[in-house]
Amino acid sequence: MDNKQYDNHLGIIGWLGGGRWGVERYLYILHRVTGLGILLFFLIHIFASSMRMYGPETWAAAMAILKNPIFKLGEFFVFVAFAFHALNGIRLILIELGLAVGKAEEPIYPYKSSLNNQRPLMVIVMVVVAILIIAGGYNTFFGSH
Amino acid sequence: MEKGTNITVFIRRFDPEKDPAPRQQQYTLHVERGMTVLDGLHMIKQTQDPSVGFRFSCRMGVCGSCGMMINGVPGLSCNTQILDVATTALTLAPLPNFNLIRDLVPDLVPMFGVIKGLQPYIQRNDVEEMENPTMEYFQTPHQLEEYLQFSYCIKCGSCMAACPTMATDKEYLGPAPLTQAYRYNTDSRDDAGDARRDLVAASHGIFNCHYAGECSNVCPKGVDPARAIQLMKKDLVLRYFGLGKHKCAHLCKKPDRSTYKPKIEAAPFTIGQ
Ligand code: SF4
Ligand code: FES
Repeated sequence: MDNKQYDNHLGIIGWLGGGRWGVERYLYILHRVTGLGILLFFLIHIFASSMRMYGPETWAAAMAILKNPIFKLGEFFVFVAFAFHALNGIRLILIELGLAVGKAEEPIYPYKSSLNNQRPLMVIVMVVVAILIIAGGYNTFFGSH
Repeated sequence: MEKGTNITVFIRRFDPEKDPAPRQQQYTLHVERGMTVLDGLHMIKQTQDPSVGFRFSCRMGVCGSCGMMINGVPGLSCNTQILDVATTALTLAPLPNFNLIRDLVPDLVPMFGVIKGLQPYIQRNDVEEMENPTMEYFQTPHQLEEYLQFSYCIKCGSCMAACPTMATDKEYLGPAPLTQAYRYNTDSRDDAGDARRDLVAASHGIFNCHYAGECSNVCPKGVDPARAIQLMKKDLVLRYFGLGKHKCAHLCKKPDRSTYKPKIEAAPFTIGQ
């Protein structure tokens, strides 16, 4: 048999791509994207803070750039990413410790799965995330500072 | 409606001899109620294009040969009815995250290899008793329930195709093999949980799963690999910390039937053989 096969692994599109998927799949994508976003913020943060090394003038100049409203929006996005990543992370920890997925059961059509077991937890977590985002957004854009 | 309707079927074609990459081909198919995707493929092969390649065996959802992407969702072509999933167009593609042999035929052999590597069979410390059994093993209905759901897997590969971790990490063990490892780990007759532990928890192993849950959504047998994987993570954590009770089924003497009188006498030629 000849082995000329075509590599059909989906690659990045496989995890980032949309499709007809369930909610948890989208949370998986968001969790990765927000994780990478927070990492990016962290790098920028270290870079910006390191401006201090080059004396007060450079520092003041860097701070002036950060006054730009664009960065306010960026700050808000970092907060959104953080709120989602942290709370969804707690949900994942609970699930991965086998606490929210139920027990093995006889599969009877139409099949139910562990996704149904964890869904109340997922809904609660997402509601809390939404409340945090609204509160954070209010504070960022209308807060007094 | 009774007379059926015409739909357009798009099939991903790939001939390793000619095509550098898969291409799409279009067919028009007359579909009636009750017709499965596999029936449709047979119809196309018989009446329009004998070169369409697909794999099947049992045509009743038991063998796991016929998994494919049906309108973008992995499933068995033999237990999916066309009119349940399509009204005007039906798109068929081979399962991704496997190598492609031809048209709709993915190469499942690497997955079988991984399953085999995770020792999906019962192993006991009392080797002599395992090889030459003298008694039965005792197992309660509750102990049976703990693994029964995961033993329904037919190795169709649908879960592997749906898994986003599988898409980027070719070395990832995958939902089907991990589920099989858990099925044997949690079998009360088995002793090899610690041997499987290090295989499963290695890099590219079980902790690469982050619960996208798609495997459980698409599994045609209701096996729920995502549940098996999370339960096994818990089990592994307990094992690594030496917590949790590790139980192994006891031997159980056969019931003494010497005084037992059956209501209906067995035929004489079956006695004592
Ligand atoms: S777990 Fe389900 S989807 Fe995965 S191979 Fe087994 S039967 Fe197929
Ligand atoms: S042909 Fe056997 S499962 Fe579809």
